[in-house]
Formats: sequence, structure tokens, C-alpha cells
Amino acid sequence: MSASQTEQRRGGFKLTQENIVFFIALLLFIGFSVLLPGFFDTSNLLSLVQNVAILGILGIGMGIVVIGRGIDLAMVATMALSTAWTVALINRGFGTGEAIGLGLAFAAAVGIIMGVLVAYVEIPAIFATLAMSTAIYGFGRLALVDLDVIYLPDNAIWLRSISNSFLGVPLPVIWFSVLAILAYLFLRFTKWGRYFYAIGDNRAAARITGIPVRPMTVIQYLISSIIAFGAGLITASLLASVNIRVAQSTMVYDVILVVVLGGIGLSGGKGGVRNILVGTILIGILLNGMTILDMPFTMQNIVKGTVLLIAIIVDSLANPRDEQTAQQGDI
Amino acid sequence: MKTFIGRTLAALLALGSVSTALAEQFDDGLAPSYYDTFKGKKVVFLPLAMSFDLPQVWAKAMETQGKRLGYDFSVRDPNWSSDAGAQALTTLITEKPDLLVVHNPDMQVYARLLQRAQKEGIPVIQINLKSVATTDAYVGVNWYEVGLHQAKMAVDACSPAAGKSGKIAIMQGTPTNPNNAITMTAIEDTLAQHPDIKVVSSQSADWDATKAHAVASTVIKQNPDLCAYVGLWEVMDAGVAAAIREAGKTGAIQLITNGGGQKPACDNIENGTFNGYVSYDAIGQARDLTDAIAQVLQVKAKPGSQPYGIYTPIKDISRETMRANSCWTMEDVAAAPF
Repeated sequence: MSASQTEQRRGGFKLTQENIVFFIALLLFIGFSVLLPGFFDTSNLLSLVQNVAILGILGIGMGIVVIGRGIDLAMVATMALSTAWTVALINRGFGTGEAIGLGLAFAAAVGIIMGVLVAYVEIPAIFATLAMSTAIYGFGRLALVDLDVIYLPDNAIWLRSISNSFLGVPLPVIWFSVLAILAYLFLRFTKWGRYFYAIGDNRAAARITGIPVRPMTVIQYLISSIIAFGAGLITASLLASVNIRVAQSTMVYDVILVVVLGGIGLSGGKGGVRNILVGTILIGILLNGMTILDMPFTMQNIVKGTVLLIAIIVDSLANPRDEQTAQQGDI
Repeated sequence: MKTFIGRTLAALLALGSVSTALAEQFDDGLAPSYYDTFKGKKVVFLPLAMSFDLPQVWAKAMETQGKRLGYDFSVRDPNWSSDAGAQALTTLITEKPDLLVVHNPDMQVYARLLQRAQKEGIPVIQINLKSVATTDAYVGVNWYEVGLHQAKMAVDACSPAAGKSGKIAIMQGTPTNPNNAITMTAIEDTLAQHPDIKVVSSQSADWDATKAHAVASTVIKQNPDLCAYVGLWEVMDAGVAAAIREAGKTGAIQLITNGGGQKPACDNIENGTFNGYVSYDAIGQARDLTDAIAQVLQVKAKPGSQPYGIYTPIKDISRETMRANSCWTMEDVAAAPF
């Protein structure tokens, strides 16, 4: 990279995907604020963020794995089954604390197994986690829960309260913000966080420099699984129920969409929490605006798909791939 | 006294002989052949999935009936995959069971296979969603009627004539699903006769409570004077309920939904989460289904030649009309005779 290029990146505005998506989000935001009565309203904006908070939380977990050049396709299955088991245990008379502890242990075990499969058995992440996703669902249905929908009992009071509001701000928004700040600090300022970037950028080089590549990979999946469990608990609290069929839905692609849309390349080593926030906010604005417009279901899908395509097209025009930017193992 | 003891003994003996040796059945001209009909027959159930209340109820009922009448009952669970279901159906056609009970995922996907099964001599009973192919029997709800009942509840609750705003919102599942489409047609037909009722939002949440919550929370903020939310499935509508609760509008916004009438539904009606509930009473359907099985196997008509329907009598439940037996539990089903 020449000196002038570095200068340009530091100083001037560069048309990165993050900036493009941010710009589209800003345009939509201004457009909706002017055109849609009731859009630019504190309570609506709060509910806008609340409605994408779960997606954003999952996005942060996925982002951490993707930065290390992995992918966790089992995230939604982990979320659904670990939480479903927790709620089922509460229904069977376990204390809330115990039940959450066991659910967390299940999620952690799933994360460690996936990490070991990817890091030590060296199965490509996309296959290992895809297979795990099916395995988690199957195991869960067989051994943990026997119904698709499990209702949270009325006596699980404090689990219900984690989705209340605080000073008018819905708690899921606060959890999302806290996690975003923690993830930012972790990725930016801790040794492990920097290792993730190094591993994602060039695994072989990271290994030669003495970074414990394999244990770090296991830790990535452990983190994403635990975050998934947290997201599941908030969802369960909000809806007073868990539906494990979400494990077989396309939700995990929405999570990847948020990550990729914000500009975290699937080739790893790039991006950060800011990218995920930008991607999440764009999806939030889109969904909220389309709901207010009462747009039909199929039309909404077309709009979502089109916006994603535009973002990708503009990015590939603005930042064409070449030998320098392309990486081996790019998906 | 002696005669009393003697009669009791005789009755007990008779009971014993019924359960041990059906061959010594009292011959009223029909009973022996009735019991003979089911001996060693094979009935197979192809549900959407076994992981929710409705198929579990129906399967339990058939299992109970199978044990009583001596037919062999089994389940092929495709777990929500219509591909896996079609494959199972194809295999079943070659296995030639004596009766197929099929729960359709939509109106088209099994239609040709159901006709082929009948052509091969296997009678078919469809449950709760009828395919475009008509088979020996259809047992289940008339989705159009569910829509009519739900729409009527919304009109009654929200009519400006009663001093209400007349604004309602609808939470759909997946618009392409037939039960969604048929229910929506009924709602639209009803509302066409009530121009004073205004639908402020009609969105789809893909049967997903999380999405329903996101949509409903936005719609409720946009329409502070919303009077009712009509949802098309109780599980998804848990999300709508959460949005109403968050907005502090429990009771102010009537939530009208439908479902199979399992206990949690009545709990939700009791605590004010659901204000109107159209129940298609899965335990009643189970009895209709086992009766249809008995009928189809006895009549032995050429498969598909004499189709008939048993449409579920649906019941509207609200806090005012709720009774102790309005909903059922799985224990009720396990204890019930079929």
C-alpha cells in the first residue's frame, strides 16, 4: 500500500461498504422521517432499535467468529435449544438460577465441540457448524424438549423482567448497547481480540508468530454460543415463550446479512462492532418503515433483497477485487 | 341378594370374556363383524410433525383406539419437511397399509400421491387441512369458518356504533399457506360488509412470534387508538400479546386469535392476554377422526368412491363464556376413551 493510499484511508472519506450502507441508512432515515408521520418519534425509534436488538446481539457473536475467518451457522439452533431447555427445566420445577446455569453449560459445550471440530479436527467451519446445527436440533428434540413451543411459567419473575424497560428505554436495547461496548473493547484492546484479527487475516502467519491459533478458535465459538444463549434468554423473556422451530428457519442468514452488510468480509480479519451496528440499524430502519407503510410480505422481501444487492454492487464498483485484496479461502 | 351377586358375577364374567376373547362376543348381528374388521389392520399416520399439540392429540387417540380394537397403528414423522413427507407417502403406497391418515402441509403438495394411494386401493383420511384431492374422508376445521368467527369478534368489539374507534390490525402467518389464505378471505368478506371497520395494518410474521412482536409494537405505536388485533395462530400471537403488554394496552387492545384449545390458551384467556379465542377443539377432532377410521374400515367402499366430511364444530371462547372444560390437557387426552 503506497503512502498516499494510507493517507487517503486515514484522512478523507473513503467509499467503503460500511460508509455506503451507513449512507443508505441515513437516506432512508431522512426519507421516512419526512414522509412517514410517526416515524421520527422517540418511542418509535426506541422500538425500532428494540426490534433489531436480538438480531444485533446475534450479529455481534457472529461478527467475532467471522473476523477470525470462521462462521457459526449453528448460532440460532444453539440459541433456541439452550433456551428451550432452560425454560423446560423451570417448568419442571428447577430454580431459575439452576436452569439458566444448565442452559449456559449446554451452550458452552456446543461452542467447545464446534471449536474443537474446526480447530483440531480441521473440518471447514461452514460444514462443521452446519452439521452441528442439525445435530443440536435433533439432540434437543430427542433429549431436552418434546414440544416446539415452551411457555415461560408465571413464577419466573426475574427472567421475565430482563425484557422490561428502564427509564423508558426497553432493556433489550440496553443489553445490546452494553454488549456492543464490551465487544468493541474486547476486539480493540485485549490481546485475544487482536489475536482474532491476526488469525482471520492470515492463519499461517499468525501461527508462525506464536499465536495459539487452535485454542483461540475454540474460544471464538465458545463466545458466539454464549452470546446466542443470552440472546435466547432475552427473546424468551420478551415473548414469554420459546419456539424451537426457529432453529430450522432462515434466521441465521439474517444474522449473516447484518454482519456482511455492515462490511465485515467473510474472508476474515476485517471490520469491527461499528460495522455490525451499521448493518443492524439499516435493517431496523427498513423493517420499521415498511411496517408503517403496511407493505405486503412479498414486497418487503423484494425491497430487502434489492437494498442488499445495491450495497454489494456499489461496494464491488467502489472497491474492485484484485490480487492484493483477495484472499485465499474467501467465501 | 343372591340374584344380585349372581348378576354381578355374570356381568364380571362377561366383561372378562370381552377383554380376553373377542370371538365370544355377544352376537347382536353386528358386533362380531365390527370387531373382526379391525383385527390385524394397519393404520399409518403422516403428520406435519409430531412436535406440537394437534398431531400428538390425534396420534394418542388413534393409539388408544388401535389398542382397543386390535389394529396396528404407526406414525411417520417428516418433521415439517414436505419433501420427506412426500417420500414417506411414496414408500407407504408400496407398503400398502389398510388406511392412511394424512395431515397436509398445503393443498397441492400431496394431491397426486393421495390419488395414487387410492388408485392402489388404500383408503385415505385427511385431517385439518384438505388437499385439492378429495379422498375417503376429511376430518377437520373449515378455515373459512374460523376467519368468519374471528372477524365477527373483532367487529363486535370495535364497531364505532358501540363507541369504539373501529380500527383493527391483522397479524398473518405466511400468506401463501392455505389456512392463512382461506382465513384471510373470510375476514375480508366479513369486513366488506362493515365499511366502518378500518384495517390499519395487515402484515405477515411467518408464524414467528419474534417477528409478530416487532410488527405489532410498531403498529401499536402508530395507531394509539387501535381497538383490536386479529392474529391467525395463538403461538405467533404470543408476540402480539407481548407488544400489547409492553405498550400498557392490555384490555384496551383486544387480541383475537385461534388454536386447538390446549390448556395454556385458557390460561391466557383467563389472565387477559387473549380476549377472543376461536378453538377447533383438537380433542373433539380426535374423536371425529377415530370415528371416521372405524367407518372407513367397516364400509370397505372402493377407495375414493364415497367421500365425506366431518367439519369440526368450532367454539368461541372468551373470559365470559369460558367453562372448566373449555380447554384440554394431554392428561385429558391420555385418559379419554377412543
